[in-house]
Amino acid sequence: MLSMMSSSRKSGAAFLVGLLLTMQGFFVVTFLVANAPLEKTMGAVQKIFYFHVPCAWLLMLSTFACAGGSLAYLFRGSERGDRLALSSAELGVLFGLCVMVTGPLWARAAWGVFWTWDVRLTSSLLLWLMLIAYGLARRYGGEGGRRLAAALALFAAADVPLVYLSVNVWRGLHPNTKTVSSLAPGMRWPFFLSLAIFSALWGVLLVLRMRVERTQARLVELAITVEDAEGRSP
Amino acid sequence: MGLTSDRVLRLVNVGKTFGRHRALADVSLAFVPGRVAAVLGPNGAGKSTLLGLLSTLSQPSQGRITLGDEELSRHSPLRATIGYVGHEPGVYGDLSARQNLRLFASLYGMASAERIDEMLARVGLDGVRREAAARTFSRGMLQRLALARALLHEPEILLFDEPGAALDPAGAAWLAGELQREREAGRLVVLVTHDLAAAAAIATHVVVLRRGRVARDEARASFSADEVRRIYEEATRGST
Amino acid sequence: MAAPSWACQAARIAWKDLHIEGRSREVVTTMGFMAALVVLVFSFAFISGQEVTVGPDVVAGILWVAVLFSGTVALSRTFDRERESEAIRSLLLSPAPRSAIYAGKLAATALIMFLVELLLTPLLAALFSAAITPHALWLGLLLLLGTIGFSSVGVLFSAALLRARSRDALLGALLFPIVIPVLLAASRATATLLDPTASDLEPALFWTRFLAALDVVFVVVGLWSFEPVVMGE
Repeated sequence: MLSMMSSSRKSGAAFLVGLLLTMQGFFVVTFLVANAPLEKTMGAVQKIFYFHVPCAWLLMLSTFACAGGSLAYLFRGSERGDRLALSSAELGVLFGLCVMVTGPLWARAAWGVFWTWDVRLTSSLLLWLMLIAYGLARRYGGEGGRRLAAALALFAAADVPLVYLSVNVWRGLHPNTKTVSSLAPGMRWPFFLSLAIFSALWGVLLVLRMRVERTQARLVELAITVEDAEGRSP
Repeated sequence: MGLTSDRVLRLVNVGKTFGRHRALADVSLAFVPGRVAAVLGPNGAGKSTLLGLLSTLSQPSQGRITLGDEELSRHSPLRATIGYVGHEPGVYGDLSARQNLRLFASLYGMASAERIDEMLARVGLDGVRREAAARTFSRGMLQRLALARALLHEPEILLFDEPGAALDPAGAAWLAGELQREREAGRLVVLVTHDLAAAAAIATHVVVLRRGRVARDEARASFSADEVRRIYEEATRGST
Repeated sequence: MAAPSWACQAARIAWKDLHIEGRSREVVTTMGFMAALVVLVFSFAFISGQEVTVGPDVVAGILWVAVLFSGTVALSRTFDRERESEAIRSLLLSPAPRSAIYAGKLAATALIMFLVELLLTPLLAALFSAAITPHALWLGLLLLLGTIGFSSVGVLFSAALLRARSRDALLGALLFPIVIPVLLAASRATATLLDPTASDLEPALFWTRFLAALDVVFVVVGLWSFEPVVMGE
């Protein structure tokens, strides 16, 4: 009991440090992004890039985390895996929403249209839809909903390369493949820091969300134990 | 295939939880070949959950279930030694009685046409129109077909979930006779039922579940209807 | 008792479904009618005035959207006969490997869908005067590959939704996001094959190979995850 408490206190402390660093990071990144050099043709509009790309990366990360958790749940009955899958799917939907808002904003400023069937934007859209479907399966899938959602996550992960390849070939040309490596040196630092800080935020939120689920599971266990005790005494 | 197996079906501290509901807690039981065990209890006591676990189609949340020295699990080949008769017949309504048996026989790796004819004769379905779809059968005929399907592969363990629920008295009496016969053949029979009188007629082992726990576990050479009623009432007093 | 082989058990289960379908023709008729309706609805929507020709892109798109929508109808019925009177329990209790059950159901479903598509394609060709004859065999192969890719996911989801109340509404919603690459590959390849002016068939070849690879991936995931998905807790 005691060791359990101290280990949970230790992980709590680590979590707090992570949280503070993440909050700190957002101040720093905002400052850095504000001071990063302006892009020649796009000007200030290009700064959405520091926000948009990390979100898209996290959408992808969420899909794989969801599939990993689902794998553990499906084949080893791991409840923790199931909590990881659910939490990362929810985060994926959230960050996917950011991608879907910032993408069209950029497209409007850059090309004058809200939507282009750009390879990465389209692939992100499909990933996003799969994670939304994961949520639907869990909520409305009835008795087998959790297992159905887990299977969906496996297919989604298997789909990622297929989606990317097919959309890529479908759209033919893709002019900005090497955006990141062609970044001006002054933009590189703020970008990678932003990427790191967003990932940290994702991690913090993931831990929080998984804790909510675990606490709920414990509550249910407690309620069952209480019911049991009441049931046994005549 | 001889029926001389004397493997005991044993549950050790078995628990089962469904989300927010604990269906079974701390169940330890032993079912022995050559006995008919009647599992009784009020609605929601965990009877069907118990049968689901014994059939390997669901997994215990705690504890373990063994047949002899082998553990029953989702992948276990032991499922081929189980015959299950539920309240639903578990056959294809679009296929005839013979086609149903032929399909399941082939899945069990048996190709003998005589065995199928023998089973149909035994459950009294040999006179039925040969190509009539099972969907057109009466409730009683379906239950006969379900029994034939469950016995086809000579299972070691027979599980019954409320088999007499929709049968008329004559059908129920016939079923009781069949159960008796399987017990005498040395099979291990577990019967979940609400019908105390029917249980008394054939059971040599009575288990009463109450709120997911074993409230009574008693084996005798025979039980009278009054005894079963008394055991049931004592065990479930104050819980309805 | 000699245990029958995996393939033999899968074939028994597939044969059972085909046998039942052969007598009732329920799925073929409902799915076929639905597919024909989708094609007609598109015709009314796309054709205006005296102009009766649309490009091969559009014809290919219509064909595959019709396959997708009508196929979902068929897929949502796949496990109806197992649900009725709990035959699924008898099936899962039998010693047949669960992956063989999946393979059998998949084979039967895909075959029935493929049959409907073989009837649908000439109708489409007649309505839009599309040239299907130059590459008829290739087109057939595409239909088969696309159908396998689509139904490998669909059969698994349909089994998982066996006891869900809103299964018919859910199936399409869960299935379509996953099978977009199938639709993309199949309709691109079909468009190339239907285009009489296309001199270079390289894209069709690429997409056909892509579909074959995708089928392998999806069927493997399906075979592998069917047991844990379909078994209760």
